Amino acid sequence: MSAPNASGWKPGTPVEGHNAMSGPDTATGNRALMLEEPLLFEIGHSETTGVDLPEPQGGGNRLGGFERTAAIGLPGLSEPETVRHYTRLSRQNYAIDLGLFPLGSCTMKHNPRLNEKVARMPGFADVHPLQPVDTVRGALEVINELAFWLIDLTGMHGVAMSPKAGAHGELCGILCIRAALEARGDAREVILVPESAHGTNPATAAFAGYRVENIPANSDGRVDLEALKARLGPDVAGVMITNPNTCGLFERDMKAISDAVHAAGGFVYCDGANFNAIVGKVRPGDLGVDAMHINLHKTFSTPHGGGGPGSGPVVLSEALAPFGPLPFTARTADGVVHLVEEENAAEFDHTRAFGRMTAFHGQMGMFTRALAYILSHGADGLKQVAEDAVLNANYILRSLEDVLDAPFGHSGPCMHEALFSDKGFAEGLSTLDLAKAMIDEGYHPMTMYFPLVVHGAMLVEPTETESKAALDQFITALRSVAERAKAGDETLKTAPHYAPRRRLDETLAARKPVLAFTEPDDI
Amino acid sequence: MRYLPLTDTDRLAMLARIGAPDIDALFADVPEEARLSGPIPGLPMHASEMAVEKHMRQLSKKNLAAADAAFFLGAGAYRHHVPATVDHIIQRGEFLTAYTPYQPEIAQGTLQMLFEFQSQVARLYGCAVANASMYDGSTACWEAVAMAGRVTKRKRVVLSGALHPHYAEVVRTMAKFTEDEIAGASPALQSQPDNAGLIARIDDQTSCVVVQYPDILGRIPDLAEIAEAAHAKGALLIAVNTEPVALGAIKSPGELGADIVVGEGQSIGVGLQFGGPYLGLFAVRDPKHVRQMPGRLCGETVDAEGKRGFVLTLSTREQHIRREKATSNICTNSGLCALAFSVHMTLLGEKGLRQLAAENHRLACAAADRLAKVPGVKLLNDSFFNEFTVLIDGDARAIVRQLTEQNVLAGVSLGRLFPGHSELANGLLVAVTETTTEEDIETLASALEEVLA
Repeated sequence: MSAPNASGWKPGTPVEGHNAMSGPDTATGNRALMLEEPLLFEIGHSETTGVDLPEPQGGGNRLGGFERTAAIGLPGLSEPETVRHYTRLSRQNYAIDLGLFPLGSCTMKHNPRLNEKVARMPGFADVHPLQPVDTVRGALEVINELAFWLIDLTGMHGVAMSPKAGAHGELCGILCIRAALEARGDAREVILVPESAHGTNPATAAFAGYRVENIPANSDGRVDLEALKARLGPDVAGVMITNPNTCGLFERDMKAISDAVHAAGGFVYCDGANFNAIVGKVRPGDLGVDAMHINLHKTFSTPHGGGGPGSGPVVLSEALAPFGPLPFTARTADGVVHLVEEENAAEFDHTRAFGRMTAFHGQMGMFTRALAYILSHGADGLKQVAEDAVLNANYILRSLEDVLDAPFGHSGPCMHEALFSDKGFAEGLSTLDLAKAMIDEGYHPMTMYFPLVVHGAMLVEPTETESKAALDQFITALRSVAERAKAGDETLKTAPHYAPRRRLDETLAARKPVLAFTEPDDI
Repeated sequence: MRYLPLTDTDRLAMLARIGAPDIDALFADVPEEARLSGPIPGLPMHASEMAVEKHMRQLSKKNLAAADAAFFLGAGAYRHHVPATVDHIIQRGEFLTAYTPYQPEIAQGTLQMLFEFQSQVARLYGCAVANASMYDGSTACWEAVAMAGRVTKRKRVVLSGALHPHYAEVVRTMAKFTEDEIAGASPALQSQPDNAGLIARIDDQTSCVVVQYPDILGRIPDLAEIAEAAHAKGALLIAVNTEPVALGAIKSPGELGADIVVGEGQSIGVGLQFGGPYLGLFAVRDPKHVRQMPGRLCGETVDAEGKRGFVLTLSTREQHIRREKATSNICTNSGLCALAFSVHMTLLGEKGLRQLAAENHRLACAAADRLAKVPGVKLLNDSFFNEFTVLIDGDARAIVRQLTEQNVLAGVSLGRLFPGHSELANGLLVAVTETTTEEDIETLASALEEVLA
């Protein structure tokens, strides 16, 4: 392969024992700009603080005799020490700000900083959820404006804004289905989940009191329509389907699936995690979907933050909307936005809500970010988002399928993500080894071993915010590692060599869990 | 379209590499009759950074920010000063734009932070183990109830009437589908929590007793007494804390015998944000319960060179492995909010947290004493931390609305919190923090004197 950067310099293939990051030991464990950082509990002190607060004065004590006497054991650091501690830790993280983050199904795209600025405006950030409604009209307008566009872009009837993450939204959608069935006196027991579904789908259905049955995929990587039809019956409450699915493919038969489920008296839940691939191109409501959560962080670019917070509003069909949980926002004919809660549900004809899923109104900080993103892209740009996401994924698929097995490369264009497998790797080398070698190339690995329908799966999602040059460099890196995996390069087995840590012992962590810091003296 | 780097030239070159005549060819699997063409109707064309900022600022200005009022709202969301350092750290791209730390070799920053966070929460709560956070306090409360069902194999849940009504409603909503039986009531306006009444409802079918500490009226219940009664019947005590700053002044729930401690971490580092994102905290006193805990856990281990490192662990409890047999369907945590909490807690340290708690309590005592002098206002609580209930001669909700006209956000009326409970209508929950000034207290007291005169 040609050198990936303009200077022509390319790191040599790492050889065990001749690691560029090894060499003489340092007294501190630091390696130039890469700094080791002790635990807060090893450097902080109970007498140190980074804030200026008054020394406790006299005055009342109304604590009812429950004063805390024993030490809590919370270390403190001064402000400069705090800034250094967390800045040093931050440098041990990969992030979308550092480069392409090809996690399939997770959708790591650029996070616009305008959105951060907007979310911090005092009228959004410094407002209490229980302030009198007349003092939060602007916040309600944000919720309503976003709600309007979510309904419009999905072709649905209503939206429950309060779910706090994708999986929370799934639960919301399934509970709406359950409430709708109960309202017509129809007790059903089973939710069908195709085998390519997210792991949360079966967990969600089980949590909502349903029995889960799997539906196989066909050789194309799509739901087996005939198998689904054969299983439908009066005991089936609904189906949970992901579209585009986790093989990166659009479910061509979606409308036929919906029609069959509806004819059998059930409802269709669509996992909307991958909505970014079709936003502005097709509306799930037009395909017969009854409920779908939208991960605002995936489609509308709110940052992942090392694992959350997310936000998972759930759009609902006309049949399910009356059951959406409180709080609910509704606009009346006069254009005023109203917060519908327990006390005024009747006034807004929303008395059949199945309950409440969370305190307060949901992830306001994510709503402002998502709305800013929608307005920034506008009518022309939002459609371009889907087109570029799909274009970038297909570019990766077709640029790599000669070196990496693409199990559904024959099944038509992929949507926003490209699926590969470990077929053809030399004996003893696995997807894990290839993924860890990508770290040495300066990339976060792709999603590994998912979806489960493909052996040694690798799911690559570039998203729409990558340039062609960034894609080309990534393709170069992945080609090179794939060629090494096929050639049986043993150094892959010990990758990564250049990361802040070498391979970590996950078995030890699970066998002897150490989940909190204990003082060495306590051991 | 400043967020999209591809040029039209790039797009043509890429389509050529793919072998597709045009972009529509890539959407061939979408049924033609369902395909949308042209720009999205109704939505304006893309807008500049300046234009979007202006639009959002106009919406923002329609809200009364807490900083622009004399502010006394609490009830599960508290306004504290957040040091500038916190926002600086959480806006570092390496934290802000990172994914869940599934590749531990290049996620040690997030993982070490989570390990430190878990350790801080465990100590604050007096517990052995805390997880890497939940969505918020209310959902953590429900997950604790579900966990108690798994541990005890029982289905009767006793909720204290003085549990935050939204938390109780979340538990009731979810329990409808898991067939847990919920016993609960609304709180009586008494100076002391009704421990005896609560204890009387515990029987040998009870999986757990859920008690808020301090409770929704601001009172501080004796958890030890309830823990003893619950344990005698084989039930677990779940303690719910919505104001972690209080734990700088009062005993930890773990110390008093709570088995599962959950709460809202918003007070430390996160800010009001109109209700979210917030930070659910979840901890267990007995390490043997760890495998029944929901949510993510970060654990210590070593790498191939023997260096200490951190990984997400015990994931065999989780949905991506156990699918329908998972302990919970939760598949995230509130990583960035956990970071904000951890940075703020680090800046405070033990000394700062105790000072902060003392200052909150001092000001709350001053406010309670001043308000009790207003004719027509009576202080309900014997005990409280930074939030207490006053009884007003009149409908508290109407009075709160009236006071907003003078830029006084007087508190949360119990009528708002407990709709349909007219017996609570004259109750007003008043919260005071270090951000409250003596002048604010005087403003509230004078405004109340005026409207009640």
